[in-house]
Amino acid sequence: MSDQATSSLAPVDLAQVKQVLETALLTAQEPLPVSELKRLFADELGAEPLRNLLEELREEWSGRGVELVSVASGWRFQAKPELQSFLDRMNPQKPPRYSRAVMETLAIIAYRQPVTRGDIEDIRGVTVSSPIIKTLEGRGWIEVVGHREVPGRPELFGTTRQFLDDLGLRSLEELPPLEDLGSLVDQQAEP
Amino acid sequence: MTEHTPAQEQIAPTPVARLYGEPVLELPNDLYIPPDALEVFLDTFEGPLDLLLYLIRKQNIDVLDIPMVDITRQYLVYVEMMRATRLELAAEYLLMAALLIEIKSRMLLPRPPAAVQEEEDPRAELVRRLLEYERMKLAAYNLDRLPQAERDFALVRVYVEQAAVQRLPEVRPDDLRNAWLGLVARARIMRHHRVTREQLSVREHMTRILRRLGERDFVEFADLFQPEAGVPVLVVTLLAVLELAKENLISVTQTETFGTIYVRSSNFLTRAG
Repeated sequence: MSDQATSSLAPVDLAQVKQVLETALLTAQEPLPVSELKRLFADELGAEPLRNLLEELREEWSGRGVELVSVASGWRFQAKPELQSFLDRMNPQKPPRYSRAVMETLAIIAYRQPVTRGDIEDIRGVTVSSPIIKTLEGRGWIEVVGHREVPGRPELFGTTRQFLDDLGLRSLEELPPLEDLGSLVDQQAEP
Repeated sequence: MTEHTPAQEQIAPTPVARLYGEPVLELPNDLYIPPDALEVFLDTFEGPLDLLLYLIRKQNIDVLDIPMVDITRQYLVYVEMMRATRLELAAEYLLMAALLIEIKSRMLLPRPPAAVQEEEDPRAELVRRLLEYERMKLAAYNLDRLPQAERDFALVRVYVEQAAVQRLPEVRPDDLRNAWLGLVARARIMRHHRVTREQLSVREHMTRILRRLGERDFVEFADLFQPEAGVPVLVVTLLAVLELAKENLISVTQTETFGTIYVRSSNFLTRAG
């Protein structure tokens, strides 16, 4: 897997490179893209060998409570979701869930972007209140990406990279697929 | 219509609705809501489409073949309940009610045979909207099930000492020595030959330096020296600087390696502080 990496580096160097990568990722405040990680080695390592080493690192960490993942903005370490219930015991104040109105608005923006408020209202059949949009903007998950060239030039909303990062996705392609609903008869699963 | 409360409707012995030809004598259980719970219950609907979907789904109705009469009647029962308690909710729901009634009447009206072929099912647009809403509703549900950073998993941040406070320049002994050598080198160029022997007091120079520092915030290290005065004076001046630093009367700082060294009075620091 790391043939390309080993060709240019002695095994000792390789171990050190991995250690540097690991430390940089552990101490980073945000996900680090490969382009950024290259700077650790004065651009002497190509993107491909780095990616291979990152994969190896991911393997090495796989048995632990913390895992290395790749998201939209790059690579980052995160705690495994299945351990969250334990961590929550130390911090009894659990982050609140978003309301259905917020989640539906987010879903429409994520799957149908770019959309205007009007588009969202058409789909939901109710007015989109400002607090909903503010909540999502405040979280850094949506932003105005342009204006539709119609009277009033309404704002067009789209999702941000932060949104993908926070949901552990690399791109919008990785969103859960939309279900094909020919008929609602079989849709008995009550959410 | 407003006098026609849901409670009366429930007691009424006549069929409240016909479902696929079957008379429905009682309202479905899920249609009866204790008044106290109504407000909470209404909050669970995200709008008229959501309510309509609920009614359709509860009865296993094929969304592509909605029985407009039944659905419209049931829908209106809910809207009446809403109007009784929460008027501000009603507008969007009433709009939907009007749409349902419109579709219903269009379906009841006979159509000219020629138009039958071309005219779309009046329910088509409603079905399209219902399906799109349902799709987004499920998408929202699925989206919410994805693990979310800080809610479902923690991000890992190893503690690293960050330069939160402004770091003060460090002065190493070598820096002082190099500064000194620079002065000596300059002094050599400006060297005078003196025959007389001077009594040089370190204390005196300490005072001179302090006085100079008293005049302004700081002085460049090099400016404290008078190379033209000769090496002995330079030595004494350096000793005075070191002595003052030792007694914490002045502070010597350098912003960058080989950069200019600044000397400032500790009094000034206290005054400023």
